Amino acid sequence: MLDLFHYTFIVRGLEAGIIIAIIAPLIGMFLVLRRYSLIADTLAHVSLAGVAIGLLFKINALFTAIAAAVISSVAIERLRISKRVYGESALAIFLSGSLALAIVLISVANGFNVNLFNYLFGSIVTVKQSDVTIIGILGILVLVAIASVYKELVYLSFDEESAKVSGIPTRMLNILLIALAALTVSLAIPIVGVLLISALIVIPVVTALQLRVGFKQTIVIAEILSIFSVISGIVTSYYLNTSAGGTIVLIALLIFVIVYATKKR
Amino acid sequence: MHTVDHTTNLIELKNVSFGFTAHDTVIRDVTLAVHRGDYLGIIGPNGGGKTTLLKVMLGLLKPTKGTVRLFGKDISKFHQWSKIGYVPQKASAFDPNFPVTVEEVVAMGTYARRGLFHRTTRADRSKVHQALEHVDMLEYRHRLAGDLSGGQQQRIFIARALAGDPEIILLDEPTVGVDVSTQEQFYHLLKKLNHELDLTLVLVSHELEVVARETTEIASINNTLVYYRTPEELAKSGGLELAYGKSLKHVRATHHKHA
Repeated sequence: MLDLFHYTFIVRGLEAGIIIAIIAPLIGMFLVLRRYSLIADTLAHVSLAGVAIGLLFKINALFTAIAAAVISSVAIERLRISKRVYGESALAIFLSGSLALAIVLISVANGFNVNLFNYLFGSIVTVKQSDVTIIGILGILVLVAIASVYKELVYLSFDEESAKVSGIPTRMLNILLIALAALTVSLAIPIVGVLLISALIVIPVVTALQLRVGFKQTIVIAEILSIFSVISGIVTSYYLNTSAGGTIVLIALLIFVIVYATKKR
Repeated sequence: MHTVDHTTNLIELKNVSFGFTAHDTVIRDVTLAVHRGDYLGIIGPNGGGKTTLLKVMLGLLKPTKGTVRLFGKDISKFHQWSKIGYVPQKASAFDPNFPVTVEEVVAMGTYARRGLFHRTTRADRSKVHQALEHVDMLEYRHRLAGDLSGGQQQRIFIARALAGDPEIILLDEPTVGVDVSTQEQFYHLLKKLNHELDLTLVLVSHELEVVARETTEIASINNTLVYYRTPEELAKSGGLELAYGKSLKHVRATHHKHA
């Protein structure tokens, strides 16, 4: 059983995966409750454009993915606040626009000689030690940021108008939340890939919500489910020789189906 | 008994107008003051600007003309938001699946007082308990807010406003969707808070009868302020006819139909 830990790529994948598993539901909780679930998917596609830019200019693709996602997240939020464009339309514009940009850049560079599949569906084999360090440092940054404004984010998610009246800087917090979501999404690309990130952010939270407990308890349960899905997904994928990202998401989904079916309202 | 200085203005509106676009005016040239210890009822027909007026008072909407002063300060320079409690209209229609306990909802009321990056202290927890005791909901503190009845949910929203130790609470149609006997208890609670805690209250409501019975001052608004005095003088003055443009009896019937 322990033979898989002899492979450094598995250890690196687990290290990066666990960090992502911790921050994804923390961000996901606020996105799901604010009906922003789709933003994770949009930011993931924006990250892909960032990856393409990185590959084209031979810069670390994780950095360009983060930059593209964070800048776009602020632009999406500003577009939404302007009320000249519906919120979901803003998401659609960025999702398809960035995918188009990614495809054009990839075709310009004749495919970059890299396996695009790795970025679309994740590949822990390609996770470098430097990636683990970056994911670790930025993951801690996300954790600290959320912990600092946790109470205000709860109030904002529950009742934005009253939060505003009580002097909470709602606009600033909305932008911070979406920028942290962008950061989380970009960091998760090596593990679950662009197309599966939103599942990791959303599914453990939605599963925990079925149990109808308080806010803190819901977060704790979502964290446990997320960490369990990532570890068991990576281990299972090693033995079954399947995609780690896909296996992680399928395990999270299976838990959701079991909880949903057994928990009657 | 009231031992409150009724001459202090907590909220002061001078010639305030507001419109969502340059061409429409929801409220026009409204001047009124809420004094310490007042229990002001704001009434008027649907679309007359009651909620808009309240949102201007709370700084949620910026007036297109005129000035708003809170606790003697211009609203743009006012930062002591913990002095103001707010019970929004949608309190009765919040997402019942939101995973939050009664205690967690009421604790939100303490955040304004403490500022960003604070940790919950023992004093905060004791404020939450006191607020829940005031509204008789302490035993429900571990229950999910979404599992409570409409009347109980309204009580926890009052408790949330109380937990911030406010000097004034503004309520926007707080009893919408709540049955009649629960409404009675709710208004009894508001009166108790006004009398016993010397809390200043501003109540926006479409229920003319309740407002006339419960409040100490009435502002009747139909785009512009058409009446602003005590409830006793209301019937004599013809203020309601001015606000609603029809007789009171007829207005009630029409209003219920649209509610």
